[in-house]
Amino acid sequence: MLEVSNLACSRGDHRLFSGLSFMLHPGQIMQVQGANGSGKTSLLRTLCGFMMPDEGDIVWRGESIRELDEEYYAEMLYLGHLNAIKDELSALENLQISAGLSGIELDEKEALAALRRMGLRGRERLPTKVLSQGQRRRVALARLLASDAALWILDEPLTALDVGAVELIQELLAEHLARQGMVIFTTHQPLQVAGAEMRSLSLS
Amino acid sequence: MKKSTLLGLLVLVIRRDLVLAMRRRADVLTTLIFFVMVVSLFPLGVGPEMSMLRKMAPGVLWVAALLSSMLSLGRLFSADYLDGTLEQMMLAPQSLSMLVLGKMTAHWMVSGLPLVLMAPVLGLQFDMPVQALGVLIIGLLLGTPVLSMVGAIGAALTLGLRGGGVLLSLLVLPLCIPVLIFGTGAVEAVSTGLSVASHLSLLGALLVLALVFTPWVTAQALRISME
Repeated sequence: MLEVSNLACSRGDHRLFSGLSFMLHPGQIMQVQGANGSGKTSLLRTLCGFMMPDEGDIVWRGESIRELDEEYYAEMLYLGHLNAIKDELSALENLQISAGLSGIELDEKEALAALRRMGLRGRERLPTKVLSQGQRRRVALARLLASDAALWILDEPLTALDVGAVELIQELLAEHLARQGMVIFTTHQPLQVAGAEMRSLSLS
Repeated sequence: MKKSTLLGLLVLVIRRDLVLAMRRRADVLTTLIFFVMVVSLFPLGVGPEMSMLRKMAPGVLWVAALLSSMLSLGRLFSADYLDGTLEQMMLAPQSLSMLVLGKMTAHWMVSGLPLVLMAPVLGLQFDMPVQALGVLIIGLLLGTPVLSMVGAIGAALTLGLRGGGVLLSLLVLPLCIPVLIFGTGAVEAVSTGLSVASHLSLLGALLVLALVFTPWVTAQALRISME
């Protein structure tokens, strides 16, 4: 369970939001909405612990994430604007390494299965620099399949994806929620997840 | 899906950086070629007087090694920073210091080790005696990892800054002076027939000190840079 209380955040002198409180229970999904520059990414980065909030606290399973640190990171997965994939490495190597960094050893069979499910059949061993923007995003999103994290923090996961891939992401989110996972994400595209009520948080 | 161990993580990071370096070979070669060029310019510029060359050899080789290791430091974290990998590293459930240690080790293997291997060949240009070459190699072997590790602190602090390269050199070069002094001191000692043990022990002590403290300091610097 993620609990945010009275959170305030600023960028330089500019106050982005203050007094933000919400709770996210297992099986819940929440969309953060707001205009460009309203602080969606800053909120998500604060939840990851990259930025210190000005005020307020973020509590994961009853303890502040500042104190949990590595225990919290073992249970969360963050996908940001940047894909975190290397042009020189193949899709397969990229997935195995990024899973490895998050503490999961993925053998080749599991990694290939994840990439194929993301629609990258036949491109698993190509260097990612020859892939299109959408395909690179798919490589990055394949990490969702290779993770046992309870909390997913996704910043604009649908950028550069085609209709088929968006449907696939909806499926993945539904599966994750059915496993009592939690999702908090931002997007400017419509997104429906079967079998779960979409909560929304507006930043203005 | 298996959980990876701390050692597994270290190996993963080192292997990843080595694979990346092999696929971007030009970067690695620039450091080495710079080292060879700088060292080779001295005999040409100073003239072929043997006694003078022999005397200046350790200093020239060490300064060149120091400068060429500066050259590659900027790349230590910047690529990972730009493509978002560094963000993911901060979120790794294992210790960030361990990841940093892995990156430092890989950096040394790619940019420090080739210099150590090349140094005896270049030393011959200066007519260095075999005994002095041996001490030079041992000194470089102990000293270049310290340059990589201390340099990593600077690289982490200047991450994402414009013109960070110059600032990086200003930050790191003064900290590397002890390594330079003891490294050249050892070679001079052996040339004059004194014992090299004290110089090499001090270099070893610096290495141990760096090994213990720099990964943690670099990890903290990275956290500051990522805010």
